[in-house]
Amino acid sequence: MSARAAGRRSVATSRRTRIVGAFFEQLCRLLTVLTCTALIAVLAVIIVKGIGVIDLEFLTGAPTEGMTAGGIFPAIFGTICITLLMILMALPLGVAAAIYLVEYAGKGLAPRIIRAAVNNLAGVPSIVFGLFGVGFFILFVGRNLDRVLQTGLLFGQPAMLWAAATLAILVLPVVIVSTEEALRAVPASHREAAFALGATPWQVVQQTVLPQAYPGILTGAILSVSRGAGETAPILFTGCAYFLPRLPVSEFFGIPMINPLDQFMELSYHIFIMVTQSTDAAATRPIQYGTTLVLVALTFLLNMAAILTRNRFRRRAEALL
Amino acid sequence: MTLATPFKVHRQAGGGAPPDAPEWQRVEPSGQRGPRRSAAEPPLAHGRAGFRGARRAYRRSRGEAVIETALRLNGYAAVILIALIFLFLFKEGLQALFKIPLGEFIGTTVTDYRGYPKTVRLWQPVGGDPKYSLLPLFCGSFLVALPATLIAGVLGVACGIYLAELAAARTREVVKPFIELLAGIPTVVIGFLCLATLGTAMQNLLGTTFRLNAFLGAIGVALVIVPVIASLTEDALRAVPNELRVASYGLGSTRWQTIARVTVPAAVSGISAALILGMGRALGETMIVLMATGNAALITLDVFSSVRTMTATIAAELGAVAQGGAQYQALFLVGAILFTITFALNVVAELVIARMRRRLVL
Repeated sequence: MSARAAGRRSVATSRRTRIVGAFFEQLCRLLTVLTCTALIAVLAVIIVKGIGVIDLEFLTGAPTEGMTAGGIFPAIFGTICITLLMILMALPLGVAAAIYLVEYAGKGLAPRIIRAAVNNLAGVPSIVFGLFGVGFFILFVGRNLDRVLQTGLLFGQPAMLWAAATLAILVLPVVIVSTEEALRAVPASHREAAFALGATPWQVVQQTVLPQAYPGILTGAILSVSRGAGETAPILFTGCAYFLPRLPVSEFFGIPMINPLDQFMELSYHIFIMVTQSTDAAATRPIQYGTTLVLVALTFLLNMAAILTRNRFRRRAEALL
Repeated sequence: MTLATPFKVHRQAGGGAPPDAPEWQRVEPSGQRGPRRSAAEPPLAHGRAGFRGARRAYRRSRGEAVIETALRLNGYAAVILIALIFLFLFKEGLQALFKIPLGEFIGTTVTDYRGYPKTVRLWQPVGGDPKYSLLPLFCGSFLVALPATLIAGVLGVACGIYLAELAAARTREVVKPFIELLAGIPTVVIGFLCLATLGTAMQNLLGTTFRLNAFLGAIGVALVIVPVIASLTEDALRAVPNELRVASYGLGSTRWQTIARVTVPAAVSGISAALILGMGRALGETMIVLMATGNAALITLDVFSSVRTMTATIAAELGAVAQGGAQYQALFLVGAILFTITFALNVVAELVIARMRRRLVL
């Protein structure tokens, strides 16, 4: 930092050099401001145009009159169901993978291959996950389950289960990377103290490392839920419904429960079809903006929660050092 | 306490505790792979030996072995998933090559109304005489991804330089989460805004023929990849050792001279990796291009023309095709090509970053 300040005070430079430097520095600043302005503009448009639509009826009602009026409750419900199901699949897998990478794998070839795979998984286009969901989960896993279990066409069709599984693969890198970061932040001295007391490797992980890394893992989980809630392309063909007259709930033994084999409505997909395939796209613009505001508010609240959890966690981790 | 000291020193040496500096592995790697340990690592011999001894002893207990195996299997899940994605895309995609003659993916020869043969390059998979030329789709994808990378590159690199070199710590604390939040906006929302408001505004401003065009899509995609490029650029610049800056100042350079001739050149491989990764994201972006580019499969070099990208084609058509048909498999082929391109871009970026690390750390 002091070096940078010294640079500012340097004297033996020509006037031209200083002007050029000042110009480019201001340009960088200006472009940063421009980027931030873009975010503000996006948010402003959504809030201004969407806030008037939102009331209790919009949030708790179902679409009516051929999707040109009414609320979006089924879409909100579907989004919550699918992200919960997704995180239930992604979190155990991702956390276990991260524990292996940080606590067990050491430095050999295997962890390097795994890290490369995780990086590449993070770069796979979301629509490719959609194709994979159709080709693998629905047509391969689902159809074969039907054949083996003799269930007709129960598993081999688009369903919440397959959509959630597809999203779970998409957010897996997020879970793994943030869990790894959380585990690394636990000081090595704590592990060694536990080992010195005679703890086994798993006891160290379970009783020393995980309790400290828990807020960091939670951050990753929240971030993945936010990411999953905003993705549309992977679920286009794996379970989303244009319109469902009922919620994806069935009674199992007399208790109403979320049915993972049902199709569902989802917020981001709802925006997409209302914009591009509505019977009257112009007339439903207010509903589109309202739905957008709900989705953006949801993802932002989640992101905010993640950032707050992370900051608290970082402060605590720093206090430990 | 004596054991803990070396780690503390290590952390402080890193300067403000960078996230990957205090690697737990650095002190522990010998746990399983003793011979691999290099002699250059910090001397912690007695701590290590005790450690390894403890591990070996408990390795024999069955519960520990089961847990370790289970964790290892989970660790390999990412590798298995990548392999499965590869397998299932190509399994369907390659079948298209058997159903559709290879030349058809470039162009189809048809008879025009006067009876002369004519080669057309169209993507028209539906209809009596389906045509599967992939050229319009490639054209569309790159016509969106290149301008998007260009716009986002300028903005993102500028943001990265500002955050890493120019901004005061307090400003940075505010600006950085702001830019990160941009990445948190669902892409369908950006696509919707491009289609609903920005499209009309741009048409009025530039007087273009098509309201929805490649350039509009490029702006939308750029918004999404700016945070990626900005944060990777910032990381690359932060990885440049401070000694280089100090030396430059010592020679009498101004702050901008140092940035332009020392810091940025030193971080150039990291910045190019950021641009490559941004380009990969731009090629793979689906919802924005599906909603904002007009989806007309044309071969053109005009960025203000409607185009149809590879991703948008899959998203628009997969819902309405017969499973196992030629079009269905052609769509998987498009997906497989897309996967291959982004995979290659990721690998290149990783190699570039690895090279930078080697050069800067040593």
